[in-house]
Amino acid sequence: MATHTLDFERPLLELERQIEEMKRVAGEAVADVSKELAPLEKKLAELRVEIYKRLTPMQRVQVARHPKRPYTLDYIKTMCTDFVELHGDRLFRDDPAIVGGWSRLDGMSVMVIGHQKGRDTKENLRRNFGMAHPEGYRKALRLMHLAEKFRAPVITLVDTPGAYPGLGAEERGQAEAIARNLVEMATLRVPIITVVIGEGGSGGALAVGLADRVLMLENSVYSVISPEGCAAILWKDASQRERAADALKITAQDLVALGVVDEIIAEPAGGAHADPDAAAAAVGEVVRRHTRQLRALKIEKLLRRREEKYLSMGALNEK
Amino acid sequence: MARMAWFKKERKPRTAERAKLEIPADAWEKCDECGHIDIKDRFVRALNVCPNCGHHRRISAQEYIDLLVDEGSWHELDGTLRSADPLNFESYRDRLEAAVRKAGPLEALRSGYARLDGMAIDLAVMDFSFMGGSMGSVVGEKLARLTRRSVEKRIGLVVVSASGGARMQEGVLSLMQMAKTSVEVARLRAARVPFISILTNPTTGGVSASYAMQGDVILAEPGAVIGFAGPRVIKQTIGQDLPEGFQTAEFLLEHGMVDAVVPRSELRDTTAQLLRHMAGRQPAEAAD
Repeated sequence: MATHTLDFERPLLELERQIEEMKRVAGEAVADVSKELAPLEKKLAELRVEIYKRLTPMQRVQVARHPKRPYTLDYIKTMCTDFVELHGDRLFRDDPAIVGGWSRLDGMSVMVIGHQKGRDTKENLRRNFGMAHPEGYRKALRLMHLAEKFRAPVITLVDTPGAYPGLGAEERGQAEAIARNLVEMATLRVPIITVVIGEGGSGGALAVGLADRVLMLENSVYSVISPEGCAAILWKDASQRERAADALKITAQDLVALGVVDEIIAEPAGGAHADPDAAAAAVGEVVRRHTRQLRALKIEKLLRRREEKYLSMGALNEK
Repeated sequence: MARMAWFKKERKPRTAERAKLEIPADAWEKCDECGHIDIKDRFVRALNVCPNCGHHRRISAQEYIDLLVDEGSWHELDGTLRSADPLNFESYRDRLEAAVRKAGPLEALRSGYARLDGMAIDLAVMDFSFMGGSMGSVVGEKLARLTRRSVEKRIGLVVVSASGGARMQEGVLSLMQMAKTSVEVARLRAARVPFISILTNPTTGGVSASYAMQGDVILAEPGAVIGFAGPRVIKQTIGQDLPEGFQTAEFLLEHGMVDAVVPRSELRDTTAQLLRHMAGRQPAEAAD
């Protein structure tokens, strides 16, 4: 527990220790401490809610990057049934930074695709910390076309620091892969629902995130650049990340206000990592509702609305 | 001896002649790439390509317009669009003002319609000197409107890109311009209207990962740096120096990412030739 405590969660840790201690003493002395315990536990729960209600943007980034936070495969496991993972882009290789496959939501076949981070160092090296290469985006597009062919909705889960900036990625056309996904997703003839579950890292996130509905978990973030990257460029100082996180407007509330995100999915108290099953249940419920709504639309109407949604984005003055 | 008269040519004082040939110091220019020094006029006449090594210097959006369109045919569109600073991002307004002073008020992308070899075209040219050619709401909207015009009027679209990527100061709204422009390009494709994308130095980030890489034909200027991530970021990520020529136009050609590397002097003719092919027109000679 203590290994992944975020700095702003320290007050919680103190209370948790007290409660643990009391339980231990009670166990030894066979004394009834429930009277003393109850208010402490109540206080703990309240404090947790209080702290998470007032997170700064940078603290939300920390929650979004929490190593215990549920990832795509965790959501699929809890939300869906009958999952069959499909691999490879048929062009170069399988990119483990993006996973996807057929799955069932309320018995209905859907294509679920998402970035996948690793749970430990070894897995993270294999999955490249959720930073996809072009073949990852090409795999995602292949699966989307498969869904289109068999008229299944596409559900994408976004959780990436960004598209990988490396030699092989550039050689194989990182920019082209993202650009192609965008233009293809603009006209994909099935409903697309995107949920930002952790980090929405710029073009690497948008490459699977051009959708009819874009939803965000309460403590996820979505940004054109990481706060660290922004601070390094603007103020030549990556430690100014708090300032950058504030300025960039990257929280779910900010994105709803900017018209980019349609709905916020509430997380359990203490964040999705505090209760992954509850988080997955919440995501599942909201995704089901949107899938139902979108499936009721005629395809031409769906596509027109998708176009209108993106064409209206931006803020400018015309003199 | 009369026959040797040519040999005994009278010597004229040379000073006067010399003074006339004197070239003012500011008439010289040096190539940043090879160090070649030449008369400024020779650089200008070579479209700012070094006469010695062929290095393509950065030129302004106006110079690309002059280079690509028939004289007097350019009509600017949407020149009154301005950024609204939607995030109230610190010092963004100051930066915008500085960019306007430096590059003019037309933002990082200029759009308009014109003629090329008599053919009607829609043309957008990015201006790197306006905040590094970064794409914010204005750039996205201008390109989206122009692309819509191309669809409505069925006029071939030519886009000259030069950009470091999405504009940070407009946050995720800049990112969404990638989606917005992609939606319009998808419509353009469905309408089967030709789109030629010309990549100049540099074309990276959100611009390369959207419309710049969505052309029916993608051309690149020699030596232009083109990629998703900038060289500095990649170097930092992998912790080693990048191979010689990495992310240049020639590198992309070799890896199958662009159709052709075209020197600036041939850009106009190649673009016209391609448009004629894709618009079902006769070759230039037959049209004359």
